[in-house]
Amino acid sequence: MAEITLVEAVRQAMDEELARDEDVFIFGEDVGVRGGVFRATQGLFEKYGAERVIDSPLAELTIVGVGIGAALYGKRPICEIQFADFIFPAFNQIVSEAAKMHYRSNGDWRVPMVIRAPYGGGIGGGLYHSQSVEAFFTQVPGLKVVIPSTPYDAKGLLKSAVRDPDPVLFFEPKKGYRLIKGEVPEDEEILVPIGPAQVTREGSDLTVFAYGMMHHYALEAAEAAARDGIEAEVVDLRTLYPVDRVTIRKSVRKTSKALIVHEDNLTGGYGAEVAATIAEWGFMDLDAPVRRLAGPDVPGVPFSHPMQEWFMVNPQKIADAIRDLAAF
Amino acid sequence: MPLSKALKREMFWMMLLSRRLDERAWVLHRQGKIAFHISGIGQEAAQVGAVYALEKGKDWLVPYYRDLAMMIAMGMSPAEFVMSLMGKAAEPTSGARQMPSHFSLRHANIVSHSAPVATQTPHASGIGLGIKLDGGDAVVLTTIGEGSTSQGEWYEAVNVAAIHRLPVVFIVENNQYAISVPQEKQMAVASAADKACGLGLPGIEIDGTRVYEVYEAVKEAVDHARQGEGPTVIEAKMYRLTPHSSDDDDRSYRTREEVEAHKKQDPIILTKNLLLDEGLMTEGEIEAMEQKAKTEVDQAVEAAREAPYPKGEEAATPVYAQEVNNG
Repeated sequence: MAEITLVEAVRQAMDEELARDEDVFIFGEDVGVRGGVFRATQGLFEKYGAERVIDSPLAELTIVGVGIGAALYGKRPICEIQFADFIFPAFNQIVSEAAKMHYRSNGDWRVPMVIRAPYGGGIGGGLYHSQSVEAFFTQVPGLKVVIPSTPYDAKGLLKSAVRDPDPVLFFEPKKGYRLIKGEVPEDEEILVPIGPAQVTREGSDLTVFAYGMMHHYALEAAEAAARDGIEAEVVDLRTLYPVDRVTIRKSVRKTSKALIVHEDNLTGGYGAEVAATIAEWGFMDLDAPVRRLAGPDVPGVPFSHPMQEWFMVNPQKIADAIRDLAAF
Repeated sequence: MPLSKALKREMFWMMLLSRRLDERAWVLHRQGKIAFHISGIGQEAAQVGAVYALEKGKDWLVPYYRDLAMMIAMGMSPAEFVMSLMGKAAEPTSGARQMPSHFSLRHANIVSHSAPVATQTPHASGIGLGIKLDGGDAVVLTTIGEGSTSQGEWYEAVNVAAIHRLPVVFIVENNQYAISVPQEKQMAVASAADKACGLGLPGIEIDGTRVYEVYEAVKEAVDHARQGEGPTVIEAKMYRLTPHSSDDDDRSYRTREEVEAHKKQDPIILTKNLLLDEGLMTEGEIEAMEQKAKTEVDQAVEAAREAPYPKGEEAATPVYAQEVNNG
């Protein structure tokens, strides 16, 4: 078992899928000779050639729109949006086209494509290299929205996404690209199913629901709280759409308290859906109000370090919220 | 190879059938029997001429909402269209999920499109990319109104097709109006074909009321694309003889005199006169064709009327090719 970084897991997943299925190809900005600005496609151009790893024009609408067309034709495109912040020119293509194609054709057409995009803050990226954009898409039936947090899941979920018959948005926590390392088996193929959340730390006092980089921070915070005798359960949501309400409810039934953490803005963020799920399905299990810890309601993550730190959720803030909730 | 007499007659038949069907849709709407119609009247020559340049079953069509005559020529039956007007379950474009004239026909390689304009054009380029990656020699034909060429989607789609020399023919059906907005408020060039020169591919302008000339021009572009020589933009000029849709009143933005003047260039009349002049058809044969069209449209309306509506709960699926559990 080798320990690899998150971005290496992403790269391996694409490498294996390119090797497995000749209909798979990569389309995005700088994915070719440059190997991607985050190096997620490093070496793939050399290995598979210019017809499998294709540099797109600098136009996100083109990346997704052409990807949809290729998927309709029968290919399996992996589209890369260089930063999630730049996905909005393609919003119409994702929401009006990819998401609705199967439904609006009564099942005649399908769009088996993956749209990968690094997301998230804490990397000095300012307003336009730090955003979390998942909530714009977790309200759209027809899409699947996946956010892995570990190298194992990044590899296993991305491989599943490439094989999925429907459009999958795959948001990668870029702060974790090199920071997060984990064991991934070298000799066996791993496929993690899209859909199920995962309990990554057992606990009895409360549950922290998180995803992406915040999942790692939640685990850190839970360890800190454990030193105060608080046992927090941690759930890595992994797939945001469809929603794994079963795992959410099961954990709340066990712990009776819920804290939802994301770095996206608080209002209308994904935490609202988790909170609503708990209110609707688990109200009688609750011993405390559902809490959300999220990015503040300002338009973006500011560039200057002190302001960025003010914006970002971190392990300390999560640990404080855990202690607060435990004391309720 | 020049068009045979039989093919010329067949193309006229497709135009005529589509026209009579389109006219009936207006009648059905005025009778309160359907809720909405968006018309292709005046555009039949360009549409039929263009798709006859395709190899059916092999090439791809990515149409827009005025392409009724294309659909008829590609094999959609009048009854299927009337069922879509009425929202009947068996209509083949969307199972009555979409508004009428949002076409799709999987078995004919005709791709589903939506209502936000120009969104279909990048799909045409994507299909072209797929064909190229597979080393195939199929061609994609995509259509759009001249107003929609103002959208970034269209420029981006043409740009990427030009870069990779994709086998795509971009047809602009310039009917001179985008609802109420005339061409001069849509673009500063005389023709959408002029936009091609800035993107590095040929752009040609043709008379969209002359069905056989349209065929020749599109055939050349299709052959070009099939031989790996890249995409072409073709602007076919015509005139939208009806209001934008059944909900529009064009008297508020153009004079009756203007519309009447353009009716002299009605492609149905032009084509009919040409066939008569060339001795390819007689008045009697045309009358028989009219009669046949009327019968087919009557039968289509009857069949559609009798066809069942979908059940409300059928709207729950199919959201995904592999349905998901969100509950």
